[in-house]
Amino acid sequence: MNVGPEPLLRVHGISKAFGGVQALSGVSLEIARRSIYGLIGPNGAGKTTLFNVITGFIAPDAGTCTLDGRRLTGEPVHRVVQLGVARTFQNIRLFHQMSALENVMVGMHARSTAGALGAVLRTRRVRDEEARMEAAAHALLERVSIAAHADAPSGSLPYGLQRRLEIARALASSPKLIALDEPAAGMNASETASLRELIDALREDGTTVLLIEHDVRLVMGLCDRVAVLDHGQLIAEGVPAAVQSDPAVIEAYLGAPAAPVATAVR
Amino acid sequence: MPRLPIPAGMSDAAGRSPLAQGALLALATAALLLAPFLVDALLGRAWVRVLDLVMLYTMLALGLNIVVGFAGLLDLGYIAFFAVGAYLYALCASPHFGLHLPFWLLLPAAALVAGLFGMLLGAPTLKLRGDYLAIVTLGFGEIIRIFLNNMNAPFNLTNGPQGITMIRPIEVAGVSMAKAHAIGPLSIPSLYNYYYLFLVLTLLVVFVSARLQHSRVGRAWVAIREDESAARASGVNTRNLKLLAFAMGASFGGIAGSLYASFQGFVSPESFGLMESIMVLCMVVLGGMGHIRGVVLGAALLVTLPEALRYIGPLQRWLFGQVHIEPSDLRLLLFGVALVVVMRWRPAGLWPSAIRHREFAAARATADNAVTGHRTGGSADAGSAP
Ligand SMILES: Nc1ncnc2c1ncn2[C@@H]1O[C@H](COP(=O)(O)OP(=O)(O)O)[C@@H](O)[C@H]1O
Ligand SMILES: [Mg+2]
Repeated sequence: MNVGPEPLLRVHGISKAFGGVQALSGVSLEIARRSIYGLIGPNGAGKTTLFNVITGFIAPDAGTCTLDGRRLTGEPVHRVVQLGVARTFQNIRLFHQMSALENVMVGMHARSTAGALGAVLRTRRVRDEEARMEAAAHALLERVSIAAHADAPSGSLPYGLQRRLEIARALASSPKLIALDEPAAGMNASETASLRELIDALREDGTTVLLIEHDVRLVMGLCDRVAVLDHGQLIAEGVPAAVQSDPAVIEAYLGAPAAPVATAVR
Repeated sequence: MPRLPIPAGMSDAAGRSPLAQGALLALATAALLLAPFLVDALLGRAWVRVLDLVMLYTMLALGLNIVVGFAGLLDLGYIAFFAVGAYLYALCASPHFGLHLPFWLLLPAAALVAGLFGMLLGAPTLKLRGDYLAIVTLGFGEIIRIFLNNMNAPFNLTNGPQGITMIRPIEVAGVSMAKAHAIGPLSIPSLYNYYYLFLVLTLLVVFVSARLQHSRVGRAWVAIREDESAARASGVNTRNLKLLAFAMGASFGGIAGSLYASFQGFVSPESFGLMESIMVLCMVVLGGMGHIRGVVLGAALLVTLPEALRYIGPLQRWLFGQVHIEPSDLRLLLFGVALVVVMRWRPAGLWPSAIRHREFAAARATADNAVTGHRTGGSADAGSAP
């Protein structure tokens, strides 16, 4: 157990089986505020499943997740977002027919209030909120360096920019914790480098980052702590240097022939 | 891109100068106000009736557009809400129960009751997607029709297949829509009265649709249509927003239905079959799903086209001395051909929104790139969980 300040996210004893596949068994971990936490492991280890459990997409068979002491488990996805967890997807999921700006504005849904009646009457309050959202969305696009594409349909953006847009959309809910599922997958070296800067900057601004990544160099260079999943079990946890030399981790990776390669895309 | 007069109240995205915009608005207003006179003079009284029906179906199509076009919920039983509005009006303003509640009460009531039905029928379908949703809504639509058909015993609620007759015409401030009125030297026939009433309500529906589209709610609907999981991950309460879409769409249908009942003076279950649902869906899809102007165009085309085809009969007799092909047969044939042609060459609809148009162009480009080995972003996930 960690001593020190209360962690932001506490994952406790999470288990989840899909039919015969035990995707997660008794996973527990704690993520400190303002840190970058890496989650690695071979394909099929259960990383995405853990994301789905934390963000409310999947109900676990056992265990709980709490954010700032508030229980996330059992809440619907939109409530989890409201409570402060945002995510991206392993396969980019944007709203293709909406502009980049609108994508980000949808991301602010949980932090805005205008309803149908307000929309029709377009009261002062609604207009103000709309203007605020638009300005904030522009600022976020600026932040991930795609402001030039604000009005482009998101589906027409190049791959690397789509990844960035998805991060901007997640940030739009002003999350305490942002969970990124393989954000560097399919990126080239320069795209990865600028992604790394972006993630670093997020921590600087006080956002906590949970990062699934196959690119071991990226994870080891960026993360404050790293957890390793294998066959649904947490086999190692700690600072990158310690995890890297852990015999169990080395074995897990050597056991999986498709070792940690940067281009792994499912 | 075809240029039609832009309905008043819609913002101009084409970036015209205020002067040009003003001129266009004045022109459109004049055209809309004079339309029945012009149509009557040029094409005859029967076409004024067609004009009225265009308005009715525009309201109906814009209602379905909220459900299918905005929120992406494929509803094949939408006509049920039209039926609810129509029967509500018919039952409350006809000799059937001897009621004649006023129009100003029945119109909001129709919107409200149809909206409730929308939520009621929408609620069980919340977890369904795509084809499953379509099948279930199709079933619900049929249930409503069959219910109307059979509720004449033990208690005669709907008068069964005979339907309800002698529905009272709408009266606004003591002025009956069913009579001609003289304004100075001008005589305004009944069909004109209905035209102006329908026009006002249609503009209202267009206005509400446009406002909703460019709002937090409208964006959330489109997000659900584009990717429901991503919408949830963005903090959208998909359950509530889907229910809202069903309710709003149904209430537009209910309004159109109540107007239809008084306009026809008669309703029966057979006006509310699956074919009608499909027809309204075609208006939405043909024009440009999710794009208000496109949907208005779709409704106008699909109402006027069958009427225009009626002339094919006399034309044949004039040309060949006899009728070889029944116009009604031709109608469905041409209808099918039109759909195939549009879906092949203009998959985004006849008049898609600008961004949808670009999106389709971009999709074609990425499809071409994929063949030549370039990466494409955003493959769809097959599973239900991300
Ligand atoms: N929705 C699902 N239904 C059935 N099996 C699943 C589902 N999601 C994941 N799995 C299975 O759970 C295991 C872990 O998958 P996942 O969490 O995606 O791994 P990772 O993200 O670490 O590559 C795999 O064996 C996968 O096939
Ligand atoms: Mg994964």
